[in-house]
Amino acid sequence: MSNAERPLTGDFRADGRPLGIGEYEKTGGYLALRRALKEMSPAGVMDEVKDSRLRGRGGAGFPTGSKWSFVPSGADVFSSGPKFIVANADEMEPGTFKDRILMENNPHMLIEGMLLGAYATGADCAYIFVRGEYFGSARAIGKAVAEAYGKNYLGKNILGSGFNLEMHLHMSAGRYMCGEETGLLNSLEGKRAIPRTKPPYPQVSGFMGRPTVVNNVETLCNVPHIIRNGAEWFRGLSRGFSGDGGTKIYGASGRVKRPGAWELPIGTTAREILEEHAGGMRDGFRFRGLLPGGASTEFLLEEHLDVRMDFDSVQKVGSRMGTGTMIILDDRTCPVGMQLSLQKFFARESCGWCTPCREGLSWVVHMLGAIEEGQGEMEDIDLLLEQARLLAPGHTFCALAPGAAEPLGSGVKYFRQDFERHIREKHCPWKIKNS
Amino acid sequence: MLSGAELNEIEKELRAYSDRKMGCIGALKIVQRHRGWITDEALRDLAGYLEMTPDELDSVATFYPLVFRRQVGRHVILVCDSVSCYNVGYEELLWHLMKRLAIGLGQTTADGRFTLLPAACLGVCESAPAIMIDADVHGGLEPPEKVDQILNSYE
Repeated sequence: MSNAERPLTGDFRADGRPLGIGEYEKTGGYLALRRALKEMSPAGVMDEVKDSRLRGRGGAGFPTGSKWSFVPSGADVFSSGPKFIVANADEMEPGTFKDRILMENNPHMLIEGMLLGAYATGADCAYIFVRGEYFGSARAIGKAVAEAYGKNYLGKNILGSGFNLEMHLHMSAGRYMCGEETGLLNSLEGKRAIPRTKPPYPQVSGFMGRPTVVNNVETLCNVPHIIRNGAEWFRGLSRGFSGDGGTKIYGASGRVKRPGAWELPIGTTAREILEEHAGGMRDGFRFRGLLPGGASTEFLLEEHLDVRMDFDSVQKVGSRMGTGTMIILDDRTCPVGMQLSLQKFFARESCGWCTPCREGLSWVVHMLGAIEEGQGEMEDIDLLLEQARLLAPGHTFCALAPGAAEPLGSGVKYFRQDFERHIREKHCPWKIKNS
Repeated sequence: MLSGAELNEIEKELRAYSDRKMGCIGALKIVQRHRGWITDEALRDLAGYLEMTPDELDSVATFYPLVFRRQVGRHVILVCDSVSCYNVGYEELLWHLMKRLAIGLGQTTADGRFTLLPAACLGVCESAPAIMIDADVHGGLEPPEKVDQILNSYE
């Protein structure tokens, strides 16, 4: 694929260092901002993003232009006083590492995307919320923000347009809950990252009770390209594979030959990602299943590999595209052990705010631990399935527990005979084999 | 008492927020960078400085795993135990680290050199299994003996 077909990653430096502001400008950087400020109204920018069919790349797939359009504008009470835009760079979904790659390699693209989002929604203050372990991303962004201020891409009266935007880097201190947008806002206010009731949605009442848009890093990085090249061009990037527009940074981890991330047309099949880009399974390992987009998505099997990796297609086969970074299960890894690892993560990261999540996930971990140790009972399997149902959407305050229920329900369903074998043989068959 | 250097950095951090309280996570991390961890005394001093009660600040401090409310060693090793690492040798790596350092998770070596802590996905799954020592990521630790030389470079 040519660089034009890979707008997000095509201009990366070969040495893996971040593009400086001069280098970014040479690749066409900040042209979209100049164009928007000179020739386009905020509504025009929003309409272009709506037309592009860009959907949120954090996992939920909500149309970005629509999300922005819920920010009140006009002469009501919400329109006077500050409005905010926040980049969710709290990339903590297990198996996901795409936003880190974007921030480390091309931090100005994120800044320009936020500028355009701020212009479209009328925001005058921006925060980049970076997870505490991403030191490389924070260094790259900190330097890029300073460079952008130096050239008046940020600050007061940007490029003489009358538009103002202040931008701050916020380094977090761990905790998956910060990735949930209302948990993130509480954390940004210096509180525990517990979720807030919705409605009101952040677009109306977010950071400090003011209108706030929270977007994922990859989502925002697409925006400069949409404004520079147009919505039609962006829709064409998916090559008709999908009704969605643009490319997607897909990834693969686990026992594949070449774990990594690749920018491809959205709607590329899971099989192409696994076999061509990740190089297939490592010698001596057989494919058993995958989680298509992070820990909180349902398992898929060999029979699903021809699914197009876009939001609607993956949903049709019973999972979600999520973050698009696949986690591969091989035949020499115990599916019960993998499930236990997944559920330990969710149980530990639960903020404890609502009972089904706080209590339910620890029970799930207890039961899985017992099965893995050979002390499970056959009834436990149906109890696990019941837990998966009770942790599903509608029973909990936020999406953390429903996210945990996705690999749990599907994992027990697809690998049931492996669970039964642990219980029947009273030990983990994989531990014996590997020791 | 907070030092002059700490106060300078905290004041700079607070500039990004309209309310002092909002900068408390960054302020905790600044104090921790200077002292290694957050003692009860440091927590009280900082709470006063940010116009919070000590309990209010502690409720935040104890929520975030990268804020240490107990003494840690000179270097903190975060071992990723999430699914991508689990599938490619996390258990072997953890066993090796525990044997080599003669400590379990949550413990510090007798010489105060290393503290071993579990961590959620570090976001470097393409080079799993991975650990983080202080601010440095080390990936591709399969077989686990690869970590030995890395440990030697942290005094």
